[in-house]
Amino acid sequence: MSDTRADARAGALKDQSMVIQKEMIAAHYERLERAPETGEPVVYTFVPGNLTELIRSFGCLPVLPEINALQSGMRGKSRDYIAEAEKHGHSEDVCTYVKCDIGMAMAGNIGPTGTKLPKPDLLLLSYTGCYTFMKWFELLREQYDCPCVFLHVPYQGEGVIEPEHREYMVRQIRELVIPALEKISGRKYDEAALCERLQLSVQAEDDLVWVLESAKHTPSPIDAYFGAVYYVGPIFSAFRGTPEGVSYYQALRREVQERLDAGLGPVAPAGPLDNQKYRLVVEGPPNWTHFREFWQMFADEGAVVVASTYSKVGGTYDFGFRHNPQDPLGTMGDYCAGCYTNHNLPNRIDMLCRYLVDYKADGFLINSVKSCNSFSAGQLMILREVEKRTGLPGGFIESDLVDPRYFSAANIKNRLESYLQMVEARRGGAREARAS
Amino acid sequence: MSRTAIVDWARGVYEDLDFTAARQWLADHPGRHACGYLPVYAPREVIHAAGMLPVGIHGSGDIEIIRGDAFYQSYICHLPRSVVELAQSGRLDMLSAVLFPSTCDVIRNLSGMWQILFPQMYVRYLDLPQVADPQMGAEFWRRELDVVRRELGRVAGIEVTDERLRASVALYNEVRGVIRGLYALRGAKPWQVPTEELYLLMRAGEVVGPEKFLEMARAYAAAAESDDQRVRDRTRVIITGSFCEQPPLGLIKTIERAGCYIVDDDFLAGNRFLTGDVPLDGDPLSALAEGLVRGAVKTSVLYEPDPEGKRNLMKNRVAAAKADGVIFAAASFCDPALLDRPMLREGAEKAGIPCIAFKFAENSGQFQQFREQAGTFSDSIKLWGDA
Ligand code: SF4
Repeated sequence: MSDTRADARAGALKDQSMVIQKEMIAAHYERLERAPETGEPVVYTFVPGNLTELIRSFGCLPVLPEINALQSGMRGKSRDYIAEAEKHGHSEDVCTYVKCDIGMAMAGNIGPTGTKLPKPDLLLLSYTGCYTFMKWFELLREQYDCPCVFLHVPYQGEGVIEPEHREYMVRQIRELVIPALEKISGRKYDEAALCERLQLSVQAEDDLVWVLESAKHTPSPIDAYFGAVYYVGPIFSAFRGTPEGVSYYQALRREVQERLDAGLGPVAPAGPLDNQKYRLVVEGPPNWTHFREFWQMFADEGAVVVASTYSKVGGTYDFGFRHNPQDPLGTMGDYCAGCYTNHNLPNRIDMLCRYLVDYKADGFLINSVKSCNSFSAGQLMILREVEKRTGLPGGFIESDLVDPRYFSAANIKNRLESYLQMVEARRGGAREARAS
Repeated sequence: MSRTAIVDWARGVYEDLDFTAARQWLADHPGRHACGYLPVYAPREVIHAAGMLPVGIHGSGDIEIIRGDAFYQSYICHLPRSVVELAQSGRLDMLSAVLFPSTCDVIRNLSGMWQILFPQMYVRYLDLPQVADPQMGAEFWRRELDVVRRELGRVAGIEVTDERLRASVALYNEVRGVIRGLYALRGAKPWQVPTEELYLLMRAGEVVGPEKFLEMARAYAAAAESDDQRVRDRTRVIITGSFCEQPPLGLIKTIERAGCYIVDDDFLAGNRFLTGDVPLDGDPLSALAEGLVRGAVKTSVLYEPDPEGKRNLMKNRVAAAKADGVIFAAASFCDPALLDRPMLREGAEKAGIPCIAFKFAENSGQFQQFREQAGTFSDSIKLWGDA
């Protein structure tokens, strides 16, 4: 494909799902900015275990601090925000999402799209898969004079959702979360309205899974890590259970179907990735401060990511979970407990092994981020176990979420290149073995 | 037994990374088992009621790490790598079970690693109740305790009856009482109870079982009460943030020698996590659950439902301990301690309490910098404290 055609395709593809998403997000942030005048209550909550359908059924607007932090990282603002937080006594050792968010609040709480973020009327601390969430909202509570409701989501220590844990979550949602939302919204809980929203969620979830599983094709029409972080954006944030969310996933599915029909790959930052030499599975969140550069390093080598665990932090839909409108509170419990980082290490290892087989991958890479112990503690063991079980090569790179000081482009590029050479060597070895 | 003999004994237990005391206990009690637990809080009563020896796993100080580093990146605290080192070198092979409390994501994930590395051991992740509603929290935690009761009973081949549980609760009430007494004695007369000694005794208590601990702790308390020491002009400080990875003993000694009396701390906080006695009537598991939900010490590992709670904590602790200042001493990369620190410190400073902060690792070997910091801190309080 000539450069001009490639550019045209890049532009055209960007014009579809990405533009829709951009408009949705901009509209949401504008609505948030107007919230103090319109009186729409604002609920801060987290991506894993978010109860978006419930929140919105009360006419409340969600704000997800991790999304603000990662957007600040992508827009080059996180360095200053982190510096601001560290100046106020926050340790250099802890999660940079937290510091970025706190720094942003100190600097006037201007959100990623340049609009002012309203103060929360409620902090809904959905404690799912990450210890730091607890501290994060304790810290935010110091800044905002508003109530905080805690939803304790038990960890899947035994690799399953224990029935008593499910009951415990349902009870908390019914007796603590719903009354808190009733109080700030002045509305009564409306189960029918919630169920309608959950029905919309299912449609979006079906389409998202279809899109993610399209990567089983060769060439893959999507990048299931760098591309998928855009694809999961609406469903992980404010738009699950909304008509806009449903339309977005329909449009995305059509777009991916077109690429699939044409045998085309995804569009990486510098152009389409049709010549896919390596199919990889990735574990761990991406780096956001150098996101495009990071992605392009993969694309330059002809590496496409066919499955990733990060795209499951807001729900492991590809393992079959769908919200169930027949059991609205129970299904929210199942959803929360099923988010990726709420799974124990043996489950995480199983998932990776399954991805490697199901997506016919050449190997897997772990991007270990300094900020996140929930992801990172144990990843070296995951590396060894997955290699041992699948016989496929694993690679390990290190960076951070939104602290640019921990992104060393030269180092990462080197490690990626060496890793891909290893993949190549293994392939050669396998070919020789087959020939002999 | 003399005070010196008790402290020497405790030091011996503390320094023995082969856990000979636990192995000896197993040899002396044929057919019985040992159950380990990671920091911070594990229900030792339930372990004990299953006829097992509870063994605290608190890292291994400055032991050379040969295998543990292969499991952890440089930006993760030191404790899990030294724990893995202990386990991989066979030093924990006398354990039949290990409990991993929900202290942080590092310990949480270590539970999964353990399941893979040591499939022959019983492993349970203990999700401490975080919910603000005490009744809901207590019911949840009671059920978790019931699982542990059943499962440890299975491992031990013992039915953990309510009678057994009550007896263990009673024993641990005594343990808590003795520890409270020792802490109170140190608070009142820190010259009589150097923290180095108290700490060694507490560490020994993590390995030797409650009966032996009680015997030695009572003997120590009696000796410390009667053995008059010279009162020195020192600053009374609280150390906080060291509830999980433990500071090296050298660091504790350094702070004391730099002119501070440590009058309160959160070292090995699990042994006094329940602040009161657990009632012996009624259902023992409910009593234990209530004890945690309604009477847990304020700590970074539990959610603080009171919006004023973090701000007031150090002020209250300083008042209770009649302290002059606070030393925030957290392990490097320790999320719970370091994320809490800005809130706690701000509250303390707003209340006019002098504070300093530093980070350590359990294998820190150089104390010069700590000596200077603690010394300057102590001097400045003495100079300006009443100004
Ligand atoms: S030292 Fe801190 S971060 Fe490390 S295991 Fe303990 S509580 Fe977790």
